[in-house]
Amino acid sequence: MTRGGITLAVALTLLPVSAAEAHAIGPAVQQATNWTAIGMFAAFVALTLAITRWAARRTRTASDFYTAGGGITGFQNGLAIAGDFMSAASFLGISAQIYADGYDGLIYSIGFLVGWPILLFLMAERLRNLGRFTFADVASFRFAQTPVRMVAACSTLLVVLFYLIAQMVGAGQLIRLLFGLPYGYAVIIVGVLMTMYVLFGGMTATTWVQIVKAMMLLGAASFMAIAVLARFGFSPEALFARAVEVKTALAALAGAGSDEAVTKGRAIMGPGGFIKDPISAISIGAALMFGTAGLPHILMRFFTVPNAKAARSSVLWATGWIGYFYILTFVIGFGAIVLVATDPGFLDAEGALRGGSNMAAIHLAQAVGGNLFLGFISAVAFATILAVVAGLTLSGASAVSHDLYATVIKKGKADSASELRVSRITVLVLAVIAILLGILFEKQNVAFMVSLAFALAASANFPVLFLSLLWSGCTTRGVVAGGLVGLLTALVLTILSPAIWVNVLGHAAPIFPYGSPTIFSMPLAFLTIWLVSITDSSGRAAVDKAGYPAQRIRSETGIGASGAHDH
Amino acid sequence: MEDAAARLASDPRYIALVRKRGRFTTVLTVIMLIVYFGFVLTIAFDKALLAHSVSGRATSWGIPIGLGVIALAIVLTGLYVWRANRDFDPVIDALRAEYGA
Repeated sequence: MTRGGITLAVALTLLPVSAAEAHAIGPAVQQATNWTAIGMFAAFVALTLAITRWAARRTRTASDFYTAGGGITGFQNGLAIAGDFMSAASFLGISAQIYADGYDGLIYSIGFLVGWPILLFLMAERLRNLGRFTFADVASFRFAQTPVRMVAACSTLLVVLFYLIAQMVGAGQLIRLLFGLPYGYAVIIVGVLMTMYVLFGGMTATTWVQIVKAMMLLGAASFMAIAVLARFGFSPEALFARAVEVKTALAALAGAGSDEAVTKGRAIMGPGGFIKDPISAISIGAALMFGTAGLPHILMRFFTVPNAKAARSSVLWATGWIGYFYILTFVIGFGAIVLVATDPGFLDAEGALRGGSNMAAIHLAQAVGGNLFLGFISAVAFATILAVVAGLTLSGASAVSHDLYATVIKKGKADSASELRVSRITVLVLAVIAILLGILFEKQNVAFMVSLAFALAASANFPVLFLSLLWSGCTTRGVVAGGLVGLLTALVLTILSPAIWVNVLGHAAPIFPYGSPTIFSMPLAFLTIWLVSITDSSGRAAVDKAGYPAQRIRSETGIGASGAHDH
Repeated sequence: MEDAAARLASDPRYIALVRKRGRFTTVLTVIMLIVYFGFVLTIAFDKALLAHSVSGRATSWGIPIGLGVIALAIVLTGLYVWRANRDFDPVIDALRAEYGA
């Protein structure tokens, strides 16, 4: 791949939830079977199945299934949200990016983090006060249910599907590398385990698996960062200085003149190729920032806490944990430069990382903690994918059963038992689709899919939620038109962008030259909602506008909102 | 119910709450947007700026500035939670007690 191609692919890939995996891990050579790692992983699976068994006994109503009965605390939810973001992509992808280019990895991390304060200031509490199970509950609060739910369900399913494919493909490739298992087995194992968590344990199991994984990952990453810093007397300056020396020496070894080598070594301390033109910069920034506030599987987590106060504290916990984690990743990436890039045992004949470019953190685990710790980190990386996939599937299933079946088809008259049944059937269907697509896309470059999911979330869900919550003049026609325009624009522009038009379809030049469509598609969605709403003189529009004061009171104070418990 | 909603909507405590909280969240949002997009655009327009070394060390200015943006995101979030717990929740609790949950 060319240098520009790598940068773009990485930019697309590293969007939060796991796609380091998706960004096909170089020539994915199957490793020797790693029994320590498999043993550790088996222990993790046993633990999560025990959690699922415990959760299954508490999962009776639709509310238990979708939202753990609203009984998750702010602290627990904060960890679960952090778990959704601390994916294998964050851990392996960002540390690998820092290993390769240094500072650029930090720029990504920052993009992932800054969406959280925005989500808190504009939405978190209002979501909790208005909704029960899905973000469509909130988006359709005062509007005609059928059209708004249908648009919301479509965008939810699209976002979830693109994410799932990237996850499954990534899972297969990562597991082949870490455990030495064949690709197909890996995809099926992920599909089957994820189905068991969601099917039997619902949101309770999904959340607790995510919490356990988040704690394991935070613990392991803390250990690695401390081990690295300890070698430099806990002086980051000494670590950076040594990393610059290593990169300078490597550049000289690769044939650079002494001045050029010094420049190259020094380059890891400043911005590199990630951010190019200002338009792509703003567009990718907007996709990361506002996409976070529009991802269905993230928004869903705000319904698992009992009230707005807990929703608020969960964002603070999540932001704190994620920020801490990205700082650890930064240290780990620089640690890998110093300890991995200098050890021939981790490199192949050409000086590249054994097992592919995303293995920097994995090799570092072996360098600082030996084989046992390597096995532990590998198991954690696999666990990470499982937990994220489970959350995605659950949010897709709730869009089908709660938004489409219970509200659109049954007009709100479905009983909890039949809604639950539809939900579980959907989980099975989604799992089969995910496994099949995972196998089908094995050889494809699916890196763009996660970026597409983010762009769709920022371009369709975010404008719809934002205006329906905060603008009294917003109408049913407005959100339906705006949601669809945002969805389609983001979809089409992504297809015309370099990631698909050039890299996948093989055309010479992209029709749409920027890294992300968001700078165009998101404002267009806002504009459409506004324009259609102000020109909407239908009878429904009058009802929509008249419903605003009551919605406003409830969103601001929670008065009128029942607890998340539905008994 | 309609009546209670109308009374609540004109309750001066409610009006003050919505106005204060709205202003506070707007200010925090704008700070975050300016700082983040300022950071990204600084890089887009002048990459060398953040690569400058901090008084001759290996550490560049980009490191404290980048970590600063992360810290700011956490601090702003904390600031909102602190003020919401201290100032907004008591008002909401009083309103809920009076107008029903």
